[in-house]
Amino acid sequence: MSHVIDTADTAGPKASVGRRGPAMDRRALTRATVIVVLLLLALFALPPIMSAYYTITMIQVAIYSIVTLGLGLLVGRVGLYSLGQLAVLTIGAWVGARLLFGTSQPYILVIIEAGLATMIIGSLITLPALRLRGLYLALITLMLAGAVAVVLQTLNFPNGGGGFSGYNGSQLHVPQIRRPSFAGTDPAFYRFSVIVAIVMFLLVFAHLRTRPGRAWAAIRQSEPSALAAGINTTFYKLWAMALASFVTGVAGALLAGADRVLFSIDFPIQNSIQLLAVVLMGGAFSLAGAVVAAFLQSLLPSALYNLWHVQDDWLIILFGVGVMQVLATAPGGLADQFPKDMKRLYGAIRRLFGGSRGAHAVSTARKGGDPA
Amino acid sequence: MIEVKDLTVRYGGVTSLDGMNLRFEQGVCGLIGPNGAGKTTFFNVLSGFVRPASGSVTAFGDDLLRMAHFRRARWGIRRTFQTEQAISSLTVFDNVAMIHSKLRGSARRDDILGSIDYVGGGVTPWAKVGSLTAGQRRLVEVARAVAGKPRLVLLDEPAAGLPDEETEHLTTVIKRIPEQTGALTILVDHDMSLVSAVCETTAVLDFGKLIASGPTAQVLRDEHVMRAYLGTAEVI
Repeated sequence: MSHVIDTADTAGPKASVGRRGPAMDRRALTRATVIVVLLLLALFALPPIMSAYYTITMIQVAIYSIVTLGLGLLVGRVGLYSLGQLAVLTIGAWVGARLLFGTSQPYILVIIEAGLATMIIGSLITLPALRLRGLYLALITLMLAGAVAVVLQTLNFPNGGGGFSGYNGSQLHVPQIRRPSFAGTDPAFYRFSVIVAIVMFLLVFAHLRTRPGRAWAAIRQSEPSALAAGINTTFYKLWAMALASFVTGVAGALLAGADRVLFSIDFPIQNSIQLLAVVLMGGAFSLAGAVVAAFLQSLLPSALYNLWHVQDDWLIILFGVGVMQVLATAPGGLADQFPKDMKRLYGAIRRLFGGSRGAHAVSTARKGGDPA
Repeated sequence: MIEVKDLTVRYGGVTSLDGMNLRFEQGVCGLIGPNGAGKTTFFNVLSGFVRPASGSVTAFGDDLLRMAHFRRARWGIRRTFQTEQAISSLTVFDNVAMIHSKLRGSARRDDILGSIDYVGGGVTPWAKVGSLTAGQRRLVEVARAVAGKPRLVLLDEPAAGLPDEETEHLTTVIKRIPEQTGALTILVDHDMSLVSAVCETTAVLDFGKLIASGPTAQVLRDEHVMRAYLGTAEVI
């Protein structure tokens, strides 16, 4: 059809398409380079310059980026609003701690086992909730989080005791949860956490790029249309829950080694709500949003307290305002908004320093017409 | 071949389909009728979103009503919706690849690329759907419907809201679906010029009952049909 004009987007890749797939365009290449550079900085440049306090905080950021990755997957990709992810995290931490005390298996094996155990428990308890969506799913998962918190208060986290619970209330000197031999110190454990986080992000990325990713996108768009496309929506929703539970369980097992001693009061239910808030603010629709959300969750409170002595209680208000702002002006979250703002800033600076010629070029480009 | 017998659908006290009987043999078949006649309800029964109170639907010898809804797509039902369903954040290829298909590997890939190629209209596999025009996004949905060896293609008002040139292109695309895929195609639309250009046979629904069926030109001249549409038998 001659009247349909190819846009720049569609005409560009056409020549290089062939039968194999899209050629990597320049934007994707730039993005990949930026990610690799940032990761190298995080792995090698940061540990020597960070203080002991911020090393511990950054371990939390790495671990919570896995948690927000899982929640972002549910919220942004499938449209399942879960308020129970913190409970899932505590299940992972509990299983991880129990295995680390009870067995002498290598740490990495324990992480995987904790992930799998959490995956099974998390999928089983959310199975009845899968027919629900939106507010009802959020409500049910919040109650689930409450139930897990109650169980945890009586069961307690393992501290080297015997029996199923592994808890010994009479112990005076609580033994610490062990760390892997190669990551005994905080900086080493930080690097280890970042690497585990990278593996989890790659795992989710691989899912998003293949059949389950397409199925989730269809479900999020419209369930009837997904069903009409032959997608077993219950199965793929369960798959998303299982994957999110797996990565969150892995994060829990990491958290056990990071904190070394776990207390149930460290996981209050309101943190589940805060977790959803930071995921929305960071950007539920992109993987980078999960990292931003982890910084909001773990680094921001410490930084605010240290810089201006802002108490934790103010955060819930701050996050409330933040979520409103994001919903009103930047539905893609900070991860989506920041590059756009930077581009705008770059344009403004270029206009400022590029003189009238640059400004003219920008204005005509915007009109998309003839300058005459 | 699809055969519908005594199909009745009730929503509470409203009877949407009232003992509908219908038989389509092959090619592109039109299903028309005034608003609320039960056309979309019929499609919803076929794709499994609505459970009929009574009646049976047999397509190519299989009882459709016994299958779970996602299994019907695996059997070979494809459908488009009145509202747009193509996912703008994904590429055209990914949108079409979403359809369940028995093909694997390079055969599947060739089938998907072939479907995109078939609908034409400047739609390329690696373009983001969000960058396409409304007409091109419709074509993506049609590409979805012809991918993966369909047996029954249901098109629900595919031309609604499109400019004339794009409707014209869509007409040629829809017309060739049976020879391209071998699927029986059912078209629901209000655009009579599209229906008469594309459909060999047409059935007319009114208040959940079939009031006419046969060769399109003959049906459109039918007195009952005119009365149902215009409230009068005067020739326009």
